[in-house]
Amino acid sequence: MIALIIVLAIVIFIIFWLIGMFNGLVRLRNQVKNAWSQIDVQLKRRHDLIPNLVETARGYMKHERETLESITKARNLAVQANSVAEQGKAEGELNNALSRFLMVVENYPDLKANQNFLALQEELTSTENKVGFARQFYNDQVLRLNTKIESFPTNLMANTMGFKQADFFEIESAEERAVPKVQF
Amino acid sequence: MWEVIQINRRKSVFLMAGLALILAALGALIGYFVQPAYPADSVFYGILGAMIIWIIMMLASLAGGEQILLATAGAHEVKKEDAPQLYNIVEEMKIASGLPAMPRVYIIDSPVPNAFAVGLKPERAAVAVTTGLMAKLNRDELQGVLGHEIGHINNRDTLFMTLAGVTVGAVVIIADLFLRGLWFSGGSRRRSSRDSGGQGTIIILIVSIVLAILAPLLAQLLYFATSRKREYLADASSAQYTRYPEGLASALEKISTGQSKNFSKSRTLAPMYIVNPMAAAGGVSGLFSTHPPTEDRIRILRGMAKSSSLRAYEEAYEKVHNNKGVIDSVSLGAAKEQGIRNPSATPADHDPRKGLRQAKDILHKTAGYGLINCACGLTMKIPPNFNRQSVTCPRCGREHNVAAELLAVSEALNHIPDK
Repeated sequence: MIALIIVLAIVIFIIFWLIGMFNGLVRLRNQVKNAWSQIDVQLKRRHDLIPNLVETARGYMKHERETLESITKARNLAVQANSVAEQGKAEGELNNALSRFLMVVENYPDLKANQNFLALQEELTSTENKVGFARQFYNDQVLRLNTKIESFPTNLMANTMGFKQADFFEIESAEERAVPKVQF
Repeated sequence: MWEVIQINRRKSVFLMAGLALILAALGALIGYFVQPAYPADSVFYGILGAMIIWIIMMLASLAGGEQILLATAGAHEVKKEDAPQLYNIVEEMKIASGLPAMPRVYIIDSPVPNAFAVGLKPERAAVAVTTGLMAKLNRDELQGVLGHEIGHINNRDTLFMTLAGVTVGAVVIIADLFLRGLWFSGGSRRRSSRDSGGQGTIIILIVSIVLAILAPLLAQLLYFATSRKREYLADASSAQYTRYPEGLASALEKISTGQSKNFSKSRTLAPMYIVNPMAAAGGVSGLFSTHPPTEDRIRILRGMAKSSSLRAYEEAYEKVHNNKGVIDSVSLGAAKEQGIRNPSATPADHDPRKGLRQAKDILHKTAGYGLINCACGLTMKIPPNFNRQSVTCPRCGREHNVAAELLAVSEALNHIPDK
């Protein structure tokens, strides 16, 4: 009788332990997904800011039509991008266009004094940072998930239940790694 | 960094158990002293009494402790429209740390640069900075300071330090009550106990007094040692979130030179600031201080030459202190190497006077003032009950239509899309 109770207790303990392990993996996987969507939120916010920025700058920068158009074009490409690779490329181009624009801004003191433009600039700087931090957080979460999936004993559970390792967010070009320096 | 949170939680439980034990021992001792004839009963009631005091204090602090602390500090809540940059930096750190919700942001009207965080839960936390901090620091430095504060929230330091602080407070109060009570009723008690016992009661009396003096000291030492460790840990977290340890290092340098004794008279609040205002203005140091020496913190952060990870912090710590550091081996094993980013703005282009003006403008905005920028560069503050149609710029004499211009300003802000 006592032996039976002990065996039962051990079985129940093991079941709870397995449930906990499984739930832990699910939680991590959801966190990775959530972190990925955070990056998208910030990228989308950047896309939303750009038309306003261009609109504000247009009045002051009569001679920079080309620069402004290249930003708008790069932004539209980035918005339409479907695959991750395509998006990475489009965002890279947008970054380049923006850093060119911010260099040109230096020649327009009136624009730099415009309250509306200053507010937009701060938003843009911060959004760039947020994109960077969201990527950083995503990579931290991926590292956590992958370590869990690789290490014993969670690897047994992960393999039988079909948990896959997630990919790190890698940035290809060196220019992009240095997020455009928004310096005013 | 998630390992850090877990291990922190475990350590906190042990420490709280230790503090509760000190509290219970003190209660038992007092109970025994009051009624030595029935030891079992008196010890029980002593512990019960101590626990009741503790629970009442705990409930009070859990119910509204954060609001009380913020009110004591004179903090005003700011919204994104009032202080876009400050709010943005907090949001950046929120994203980098993976905090589940955006903390509320507060500003304190004081020229002394400092900051603190409160919050029993990461979902419901708040950070507060002084106008002096905003005036003196550039964007990178502000980010470092807010990273430290968010680190406190994320590592559950704000929760633990509140609970531990309340328990230490209970120990101090009970010991104090006992010693005072002894002082006033001592004569009569000694007379009555002489009838029953004699030598034994005198020994009990001496032991009780010694323990009642030692218990608060012991509890405080335990609390301070933990507090110092968590400060280092929050510094490490800040470096990890921002990828830029120099930001916090130079911020600490500026903060430590700007402290003043008159800043905070509140003993509860002082340990919560990024630099303890009481200690920094020439107070105690060593075993009885809540924060490690600021120079040490700066030296460690500057020692992180190549990486901003927890491991880099640990290595820099060991170099400065020559002993094992603050970060446990499990977290070190999980730490990933990460580089250091470039500074976003050179410190030279930060103008403290302009910064102070901006910080003051934020305070005015939270009080309902409207701001009108004149073309000559002057910013006029329009009080909320201003009832004239137009205002003349005192510097250049231009006329401004108040209603129209305030509308234009709010329009401009509305053009910035929210998430």
